[in-house]
Amino acid sequence: MQKEAAIREPLILGNKTYHDVTEDVCRPIEGKAPKMWYILFAIALIVGLYGVGSILYLLGTGIGVWGLNKTIGWAWDITNFVWWVGIGHAGTLISAVLLLFRQKWRMAINRSAEAMTIFAVFMAGTFPLIHMGRLWVGYWVLPLPNHFGSLWVNFNSPLLWDVFAISTYLSVSLVFWYIGLIPDFATIRDRAKKPVAKRMYTILSFGWSGRAKHWNRFELVSLVLAGLATPLVFSVHSIVSFDFATSVIPGWHTTIFPPYFVAGAVFSGFAMVQTLLLVMRKAMNLEAYIHTKHVEYMNIVIMVTGSIVGTAYITELFISWYSGVEYEAYAFLNRATGPYWWAYWSMMTCNVISPQLMWIRKLRRSLLFTFFISIVVNIGMWFERYVIIVTSIHRDYIPAAWSMHYPSHIDIAVYIGTIGLFFVFFLLFARYFPVLALNEVKTILKGSGQSYKESPDYHKHH
Amino acid sequence: MSDKVIYAMYGDDDVLKSSAKKLVSNGVKISEVYSPFPIHGIDPIIGIKGTRLGIMAFLYGLTGLALATFGMYYFMVVEWKMNIGGKPNFSYAENVLAFIPVSFEFTVLCAAHGMAITYLLLNRTLPGMPAQNPDPRTTDDKFVMEIRLSENHGVTEDKLDELLKDTGFVELDKKIIE
Repeated sequence: MQKEAAIREPLILGNKTYHDVTEDVCRPIEGKAPKMWYILFAIALIVGLYGVGSILYLLGTGIGVWGLNKTIGWAWDITNFVWWVGIGHAGTLISAVLLLFRQKWRMAINRSAEAMTIFAVFMAGTFPLIHMGRLWVGYWVLPLPNHFGSLWVNFNSPLLWDVFAISTYLSVSLVFWYIGLIPDFATIRDRAKKPVAKRMYTILSFGWSGRAKHWNRFELVSLVLAGLATPLVFSVHSIVSFDFATSVIPGWHTTIFPPYFVAGAVFSGFAMVQTLLLVMRKAMNLEAYIHTKHVEYMNIVIMVTGSIVGTAYITELFISWYSGVEYEAYAFLNRATGPYWWAYWSMMTCNVISPQLMWIRKLRRSLLFTFFISIVVNIGMWFERYVIIVTSIHRDYIPAAWSMHYPSHIDIAVYIGTIGLFFVFFLLFARYFPVLALNEVKTILKGSGQSYKESPDYHKHH
Repeated sequence: MSDKVIYAMYGDDDVLKSSAKKLVSNGVKISEVYSPFPIHGIDPIIGIKGTRLGIMAFLYGLTGLALATFGMYYFMVVEWKMNIGGKPNFSYAENVLAFIPVSFEFTVLCAAHGMAITYLLLNRTLPGMPAQNPDPRTTDDKFVMEIRLSENHGVTEDKLDELLKDTGFVELDKKIIE
């Protein structure tokens, strides 16, 4: 058992035993869902189905139904894609990077954060697929032998790197998540009374036994997967940023993009984790496991990554002037003062100013304030992508071709629809899956549990 | 051949650990320990060697890297020199920078999935397998030590009972298995 300094706040509040941890996490799964769950699920499902309908209409009609024009060939679709991929960065960061750094507070939040990641990447993946217009030939992005002669995909293109990055990220995150879920499914399996539930969780738990040798392998596999996933997290959003950075469009052609995008992704991902967890901990009575200290830690991450993002914005502005390239300078001047000034200043307010408020201890420990800021950051990060993408191309080299982007209702419906689908997935997860890595939490109970830390024996026998 | 198995159940990981230490120092071979979470430090006591899955992951990663390198070399340099902006891919070395992202991703893909599949196969944990733990409580808050008499020729059953008596178990179960 690992001891920690008395001054550290306990990570598990109250007087919990191993059995209590099991009870607290399994109770919401075994009992009846509250009425609120059905209401939220119904809303999410309706919104999601509306999105699916819009996608079907889009596929049937063609991408002309989007508000694109000759000048603005990329707008909402790629904005939504980058937004969702960015949100999908927190989960694996929490479970992989924080595992390598031995941050124990990750254990209470990694499961749901990773679920969120996977669902967010699902949603992200929808956009590049549907923008092909002909979804059924989507497999052409893979280097498959074909009947077109020697026609291969272009490995020099960042868009193809994206295919590899996103699919690797999605599948590796899924495997990482599932390997952690197996022992917890076994716990639910061994408690299940109803035959259907027993059967389902038996299938899901793969016959997990909890043998010492298996746990030994489990820990190594988690560690190695974390080691593999850590550079993966950084590579994915770097590669997403290459979609823009390797182009020659002023405003996109920026070497600062990879680190700036990664920081932004972590920033928005943590904001989404806060939005979801602050509601979930309350709804599922998990306040003893996910409490103010966890929220504060996450707020510190938001503050740090928000500051990196803010620095990147200002660096970008400075370099656009310092480069001496008038097109480059104009792209940025146009962002701040052109017709899209409102989008630019929304982004600046949401992403640069709001995280700085987290320096104040009282604010970063306030759950209500955190919830508010997390929504603000989510909005701000959507605007960031919109600003980068649309304002950089809406006024190109020929003033006669200058244009504005007006989203069509299909643009909006597909976006809102993915939010609905995301919540459908997340609500199903919260209903049927162990939302806390309950068996991992048990390993820190004696070291970081409140009742253990406060007992007189804690600081004996080192 | 029938075999007698003793299951000693404990309510705490540290109690099980000190009990295992005592038994092992008296020459008892502990066949297995079932626990709801990894008990740190139990492996050397009951003689479990470290897993070599890490080496496997490295080999899978190397395979992925080799496949990606060969694939891109073949697609982009040998079969069809794609001409982009008047710059065809004459050699792999000239274009290697553009191939790094995919090489990296494919290495990670193969290492992670290769290791995960090997892990599941080694553990015999696959979809639909029946539960293998001796008691459903071992996935909640109980820790079970399994001792097989067939693996303990030097120690009699009475001696085992004697040794286990004061180790603080909550339940002791004996089973004859075929």
